[in-house]
Amino acid sequence: MNLLRVIFLRLATTFLTLFGVAVIVFFVIRVVPGNPIAMMLPPGATEADVARLQAQYGFDKSIPEQFFIWLGGVLQGDFGTSISTRQPVSELVLGRLPATLELSVVALLMACLIGGTLALTGTRMRGTRTEGAIDVSTGVALSVPDFLWGLVLILLFGVLWPVFHISGRISPSLDIDFTTNFYMFEALLRLRFDVLADLVGHMFMPALALAIPLAAIIGQLLKQSLKETMHLDYVALARTKGYSERHVITREALPNAILPTLTLVGVQFTFLIGGTVIIERLFSYEGLGNMAIDAVINRDLPLIQGIVLLFALLFTVVNLVVDMLYVVLNPRLRHA
Amino acid sequence: MPFTRRSMLKTTVAAATFASVGLPSFAQAIEELVIAYNVNLPSWDPTVGPSAVNPTIQGLYQSVFDNFIPQNTDLSFGQGLITDWGWNDDLSQIWMDVREGVTWHNGDPFTAEDVAWSLQRAADPATGNPIQFIWGKIENITAKDSRVTADVKEYEPTFFKWMSFLTGYVMPKKYMEEVGAEGFEAAPIGTGPYMVERFERNAFVRLTANENYWGGAPEFKTVTIKFVTDAASRVAEVESGNSHVSLEIPYEEFDRLKEKDGLAGVTTPISDIAMIFLNDIEVMTDPNVRKAAAHAINKPLIIERLLSGYGVAIDTLQTPDYAAFDPSITVEYNPDLSKELLAASGYSTDNPVRFTIQTTRGFKPKDYEMVQAIVGLWRQVGIEAEIEVYEIAKHFELRAADQLAPAAFYNWGNSVGDPTTSTGFAMFGPSPHSVWDGQDTFDMIAPLWGEADEAKRIEGWKAVDRHIAEQAEVIPLLQFVQPIVHAAGVKVTPHRSGALLPHLMTRT
Repeated sequence: MNLLRVIFLRLATTFLTLFGVAVIVFFVIRVVPGNPIAMMLPPGATEADVARLQAQYGFDKSIPEQFFIWLGGVLQGDFGTSISTRQPVSELVLGRLPATLELSVVALLMACLIGGTLALTGTRMRGTRTEGAIDVSTGVALSVPDFLWGLVLILLFGVLWPVFHISGRISPSLDIDFTTNFYMFEALLRLRFDVLADLVGHMFMPALALAIPLAAIIGQLLKQSLKETMHLDYVALARTKGYSERHVITREALPNAILPTLTLVGVQFTFLIGGTVIIERLFSYEGLGNMAIDAVINRDLPLIQGIVLLFALLFTVVNLVVDMLYVVLNPRLRHA
Repeated sequence: MPFTRRSMLKTTVAAATFASVGLPSFAQAIEELVIAYNVNLPSWDPTVGPSAVNPTIQGLYQSVFDNFIPQNTDLSFGQGLITDWGWNDDLSQIWMDVREGVTWHNGDPFTAEDVAWSLQRAADPATGNPIQFIWGKIENITAKDSRVTADVKEYEPTFFKWMSFLTGYVMPKKYMEEVGAEGFEAAPIGTGPYMVERFERNAFVRLTANENYWGGAPEFKTVTIKFVTDAASRVAEVESGNSHVSLEIPYEEFDRLKEKDGLAGVTTPISDIAMIFLNDIEVMTDPNVRKAAAHAINKPLIIERLLSGYGVAIDTLQTPDYAAFDPSITVEYNPDLSKELLAASGYSTDNPVRFTIQTTRGFKPKDYEMVQAIVGLWRQVGIEAEIEVYEIAKHFELRAADQLAPAAFYNWGNSVGDPTTSTGFAMFGPSPHSVWDGQDTFDMIAPLWGEADEAKRIEGWKAVDRHIAEQAEVIPLLQFVQPIVHAAGVKVTPHRSGALLPHLMTRT
């Protein structure tokens, strides 16, 4: 009952948050300089032409009026029509969402794998040069932003040793007739390993660029948590029982030490999704982030609104899931 | 886990498999041409919406659709879907002869009816064609056999030139009526050299050759155009062999890449110019300040130092390819003259004239750096300009509202090369693209819009350019040079409009 109440309250705050985001985005992008009508005005345009274009795109009404028209549409699932592509916004953003989600999830998995390995190795080898090397490498990984890692990876694996694709999500020559845009997921289900390999070849560098800074954070925090846990009595007891060091770290210390890391991963995952904007642009990856930059350049207001709202929804859902997961994994909260 | 020989072998095999995933085919012979393009293609209909007036994507459109009248690579007008055209004697009608034997990509025959319908559609304000102000100058468009005629509502000397320019494309009447706007976006067809096989927005378009193209089938049967908007990524695309051709890369990188084995480069001056708008407000109402600013800029030095020599200095808004280019109009670099002019208005290096100059940063190659250099040159003569960086969208908004700063850097494209679409729209006060409101320039330009005598019209525009140069009402800087880097196995023929056209590419 308590848990249900928590979930209900979280959902209610989620809707409030989304409404707040919608209001802010709608008004802010209309106040900042850069009028989409001015961008498409022909050289010989008269006042009448300007008025006609404004009416055509609904900019002839007051901003509050525009907002309520848009909000009415959103509540019915109509997010408007993109100015630059003249396609329904909902189709565009939902069409691109799978690409960004797949990239983000793969990046997260990579980050967990790399960060977890570093933390466990550092804990196992504490006090040795290996631990020092791990500390230095996580420090370096943290101090370099993801787009710079992207450029380094392009140079390494795109130019000097060209084993991965530099741009795009999938090779244009590949024949795919998938029903969803979750290419990776569907390729696995359909056992299309040629498509899967091609997707990995395209995704490896952008995902790794996104993963490196997060892996460093995970590595540092998890190692620190493990270090503290390793001094606790129950770990010492496990040692005296004669368990191997590997068993002590992975079976006894890790389950307790991982909780703070899990919370952090949840928060950082939202930052990682935010990071896709630049990384997708760098790698010409056909996700939401890449589309967002075009939308901003073209002052495609309906598309910007749709993308920001979807990002906000993603963030809140991820946070909600992490909170729920924390409750499930933490015995003290689970039994409260 | 102990690190055994077996586990090492497993790891090596796994790594090799992983490393071979998606290995690019850069070392293979070029069967399928891959181009790394610098902009995305938002929409397929080249006659409506913001994309229709975006000059940078016209090359993509021209690969699939045909303009009413094509332009040759030197910007001259050629015979295309319309083979012959003209006005009647009293300029009350236009006529166009339409090519026969052409088919649309879906096999439908192309007819004069398509041309008439395309013009009617373009002239209809309800369709949202941004160049309707030109197309709407004709009415009663009719097609009979292979001839299209129309009545002239208002004489427009550049009407046929616009047929090669923005939104001047022939669209398939029958197909568009069948599938509608959404259906057309999903499966666009034209009469152009390539057919759309697959399109992933923000990613790529894959084209297959139109074997029935009236201008001859293109040499490359399959072309993939990847939208790689980041310049560093485009460099990597070509350097790694993932793409065979790319454009709009930094000049330093162009010089480096073209020297590499297996790569080559070609440059050509295109119809894009860099200029500084002067808004006749604040200190810019003082002719001495404007003239001093113009004479203090050493354009060849800027081209040499900042653009690695890739640029052509200009003193009017006409490039040497344009119809109204007059080489006798020059604005010399003379910093001493600038100092004298400023002194006449009470300014000096100790008491400099101050104003703001706006610029984009990274929108065009070295735009910000050029403005920095200009500000440095100005400082030497007694002009203290403060740089304000803005986005291109803000430039459009401020320009349309006549609220640009006293000086604003911009680039202007005019691939048809007519003076109306350069000096005309940039300097005629009522145009939303102009911030100059001077009455004398207005009076000179106004009668030229409908001038029927072509020689007189061109001479009139030359006179306008001379007046503008003498009064320093705008500061033209340079004509951009487009660098195209490509695999040595591809011969690229550049187009002066700046459009990168795959059907002009062949194997060496």
